Amino acid sequence: MGILNKILTAFRGGANEVGQTIVDANSTRIFEQEIRDAEKHLTKAKRELTDVMAKEMQASREIDRLKRSISEHEGYATQALEKENETLALEVAEKIAQLDQELADQQSANDSFSAHATRLKELVRKTERQLTDYQRQLSMVKTTESVQKATATITDSFASSNSKLLNAKDSLERIKARQQQFDDRLKASETLAEENSDKSLHAKLAEAGIGEQKSNANAVLDRLKARK
Amino acid sequence: MNIHNIANHLNDLCDNSHTGFQFDCYPIDGDVEVLQVNIVGREEIPVFVSVTDNQILCISYLWGEDEVNQERRSEMFETMLELNIPMPLSSFAKIDNKYVVYGALSVQSSMLEIEQELSVLSDNCLEVIDELSDYLK
Repeated sequence: MGILNKILTAFRGGANEVGQTIVDANSTRIFEQEIRDAEKHLTKAKRELTDVMAKEMQASREIDRLKRSISEHEGYATQALEKENETLALEVAEKIAQLDQELADQQSANDSFSAHATRLKELVRKTERQLTDYQRQLSMVKTTESVQKATATITDSFASSNSKLLNAKDSLERIKARQQQFDDRLKASETLAEENSDKSLHAKLAEAGIGEQKSNANAVLDRLKARK
Repeated sequence: MNIHNIANHLNDLCDNSHTGFQFDCYPIDGDVEVLQVNIVGREEIPVFVSVTDNQILCISYLWGEDEVNQERRSEMFETMLELNIPMPLSSFAKIDNKYVVYGALSVQSSMLEIEQELSVLSDNCLEVIDELSDYLK
């Protein structure tokens, strides 16, 4: 069963028992142990790989040395033959045969080191891929666990405070109503501010004797006299 | 990064918030520490923040399965899927019997990024409820 399926199963099972730890803590620990083991294998494989590659380099240096030595001795043998010193040529030929054997041994060692290195490289790559995958899966499991616990925490908190999450429509209505009230209040205070500034302007104008004048007693008397 | 750093930052913002919102944060004790972030004026729809090993999760509850008009349920799903990409920073999800919108941030995120995430999530939440309320009872 893939990790996503396990998580889905855990989630669906958990829906009935809110507050219970859904993802088994023990299985998470086992999983973490598996990751640590894989990391150990990886370190070991990498160390071994370094070792094998060093041996491979050594062997290939040795091969070069032997090849040089063989061609050198072939030169000696040819020279001995040219000087018609058959005995010496035979002795050199024996040395060459010995070097040939060494070369063949070294070559086969080198081939086996190369093959081993290739295998180890493949193993390292595979383990690294697997490790990344394990880590991704663990992170998914842990996130699931955390979200479930967080949900349980939230649910508990709302239950204990006797408040409950309102339904969506009501919540939105309330928020909108509050926003509307705020806007209305803002508008009202703006209107009020405008009126006030109107008033203060009128007062200033009146003081300066401009605009409509307030009636006073003298003006009333004048008006009454004028009626006669 | 933990929920207490986030709470202290958001509570100290007051009028210096970059998003124009004011936040009230209340840590909730439990197996996993959760921060309830109330945005002033929108207290009915809080955002819940939790911090895991590699991410900060911000979750807001939309509605419960019991609020969904069951006849239009699949239509609602389709609309949610269609809105999932256009909706900035947030995605739809379902936890137990509740539909949610959530955003996940790296634990390396700055406080400003967290503040923006929370305000966008809250805006998205109101907009989603407004837009999808036809699918609710």
